[in-house]
Amino acid sequence: MSPIDEQHPEEAPEVSEEAHEHAHDEHHGEHEESFIWKYVFSTDHKMIGIQYGITSLLFLAFGFALMLIMRWQLGNPGQPVPFIGGLLGQANAPGGVVLPEFYNQLGAMHGTIMVFLGVVPLAVGAFGNYIVPLQIGAPDMAFPKLNMMSYWFYFLGGVVMLASFVAPGGAANSGWTSYPPLSVAVATEGQTYWLIGMVFLITSSLLGAVNFITTIVQLRTKGMTWMRLPFFVWSQLVTAFLLLLAFPPLEAAAVFQLMDRVLGTSFFLPSGLIVSNQILQVAGGGSALLWQHLFWFLAHPEVYVLVLPAMGIIAEVIANNTRKPLWGYKPLVYSTVFLGFMSFIVWAHHMFLTGMGTVMNAFFQTTTMIISIPSVVILTALLLSLWGASIRFNTPMLFALAFLPMFGIGGLTGLPLGLAPADIHLHDTYYVIAHFHYVVAPGTLFALFAGIYYWYPKVTGRRMNEVLGKIHFFASLVFINGVFMPMFLQGLAGVSRRLYDGGATYSHAQGVLEWNAFMSNSAFLLALAQLPFIFNFFWSIKMGKVVDSNPWRATTLEWVATTSPPLGHGNFETVPVVYNGPYEYSVPGRDDDYLPQNVAVQEG
Amino acid sequence: MEIPYTVEVRPDTGLYNAKMGIWLFLASEVMLFGALFSTYIILRTGNPDWVQHSMNVPLATLNTMILISSSVTVVMSWASLRLKNFARFRMYFTGTLLLAGGFMVVKAIEYNQEFSQGLFPWSDNYMGIYFALTGLHGLHVVGGMVVIGYLLGPGAKMWRTAPEQYVNRIECLGLYWHFVDLVWIFLFPSLYLL
Repeated sequence: MSPIDEQHPEEAPEVSEEAHEHAHDEHHGEHEESFIWKYVFSTDHKMIGIQYGITSLLFLAFGFALMLIMRWQLGNPGQPVPFIGGLLGQANAPGGVVLPEFYNQLGAMHGTIMVFLGVVPLAVGAFGNYIVPLQIGAPDMAFPKLNMMSYWFYFLGGVVMLASFVAPGGAANSGWTSYPPLSVAVATEGQTYWLIGMVFLITSSLLGAVNFITTIVQLRTKGMTWMRLPFFVWSQLVTAFLLLLAFPPLEAAAVFQLMDRVLGTSFFLPSGLIVSNQILQVAGGGSALLWQHLFWFLAHPEVYVLVLPAMGIIAEVIANNTRKPLWGYKPLVYSTVFLGFMSFIVWAHHMFLTGMGTVMNAFFQTTTMIISIPSVVILTALLLSLWGASIRFNTPMLFALAFLPMFGIGGLTGLPLGLAPADIHLHDTYYVIAHFHYVVAPGTLFALFAGIYYWYPKVTGRRMNEVLGKIHFFASLVFINGVFMPMFLQGLAGVSRRLYDGGATYSHAQGVLEWNAFMSNSAFLLALAQLPFIFNFFWSIKMGKVVDSNPWRATTLEWVATTSPPLGHGNFETVPVVYNGPYEYSVPGRDDDYLPQNVAVQEG
Repeated sequence: MEIPYTVEVRPDTGLYNAKMGIWLFLASEVMLFGALFSTYIILRTGNPDWVQHSMNVPLATLNTMILISSSVTVVMSWASLRLKNFARFRMYFTGTLLLAGGFMVVKAIEYNQEFSQGLFPWSDNYMGIYFALTGLHGLHVVGGMVVIGYLLGPGAKMWRTAPEQYVNRIECLGLYWHFVDLVWIFLFPSLYLL
């Protein structure tokens, strides 16, 4: 209080009343611009997280639908697609029968949408945005406006990608990897859309990555030391570094390919290239291999962008439902950081068949074998965390438990692909499809489902229905294996991953051909298995069981330092102070079986 | 709750948020230009028929001088502001903007000369790389000019309302500007001299 106020105490109330009214006006002003600023152009990390979540779930559903059309064609070649066949357009599917050109578009866009518009925005944009500031005790992300821009660049990128379906000649059709010369010299107009869309998405993830790292480094609350960070935050930190440093080379590559397509340069086009029996009229002298290097320099770290947040979610769910500290928190952290570093020097194991030479092959085989070590450490630590626990088998935990063997299958089947001699046989077969889908679909996606069921009460204050959740889990587990397990057999038999008829015209595919219908039917049943989830997701918003602020009896700050759903801007009533590690479950000598991070324990 | 460390420095990291952010952004820029330069090296060494045109070295030397001078003025403007001398700050900062504009004018003259000689991005891969690298660098200069213009014009209000934060903004812009300068220091020899 200033001396003037002390001298004239009678004036003080007037001043404060004016200030109060002023504050009220401000509040009122905020209220009036509410809807659009609160729900559309929000700068609150929680709302942006929800925006990311809803948008990415819609894109996941869309990408899944593209796959269902492909699976229909593979399971029933030449048959018109039921129900939606008429909507696909005469140019793509006359009479509902998918044309080969359209099949290629579906393949390219399924991959692009699932990776860049579905899984990463859900894992990083949604879960990262919503959970990380709460878990480290921060009032928001460090740069709220950048956060909003990041979402809208993502949204724009998504719109451009969707618009490419109605571009002349249809969407990009050169695979999600867009290898030139195919993508430059032959591809449709949609490829240009794809490149522009990618530039938007790269910008979005750059803004997001800067924001995440700054937030985690700068905004950790008092007492939140590095070794007290929940493992989920560590996984998001390493992920953000991968996004920050691996995406720019793809941006450079996208600019070069855009110039090749629009300006007629030839960065990726060698001299004397013959397309449709004619020599291509470009200056030439470029290198098609260069694109692959630039692309995989991003796309291999991208694999870890897909899987690290998933591991983070799994760690949270497992620690919470085993009621024990994680087994080996520090090895988990060090492995994750090491994994992040190594992921920058393994990219060319995607390119053993390009003829880049045995020296390069030997180097990248070695680094690939080395990077499998931290992955195994992480998986082993999570597995050993289960040992001797009395496990609560709720829906998030079921998904987390399924993640371990599913990701294990995905990881172990990757080893033969990382060794050039085995890769010569397996390259570009269905074995590769099976391998990375085990990592991403029953791996990462199951972890994301675990995260949705686990943090749903945080966002809504209600739990999702357990019965529907378990139906969703068991049906998904069975059918997703029905989709991907036979692909290993087809791949080992040598069936190429890009065949429009599923290999019907190849004699070496005849022995494994009958699996096509089985896998397709599994995929359709997998789609049905998502209906309980979709219903549950919406129904529980209004009808789910109301729960208290910490329904899982968790220790981390997002549950113990604020209500569920959390407060608006600012997150916390008072700044939380952290005294304990993240997973202090079943501490001996305590009545509760959990010790929140913000509760101080008396010594002795 | 306000977001902490937007202006003041966090003791254990020694940074305010925006400075951390700009350094991370520059790290990502290093990777972007790293990929661009790598592409240049790979294409040039991998092509036995590579044609290296002789570009206008005098004009490029002039541009190098201009950019280095602008790096000096941007530091001087930040230092003046730290000494609370707003008039001097505005002089140096306007100088930076003018130098940046001068750089772009010289660049435009150069591009025009090349077009008139029939040299276009699609002529060969040297020209392609030349236009891609200098074009992207030019975009960075223009981006910097937009921010400088904003901080000189409507953004300068902040000097009265939140002087600490305003000085921070100038510092972050300065870091970015040095980076743009540094990229040119690599572009000049590798495109014009080698």
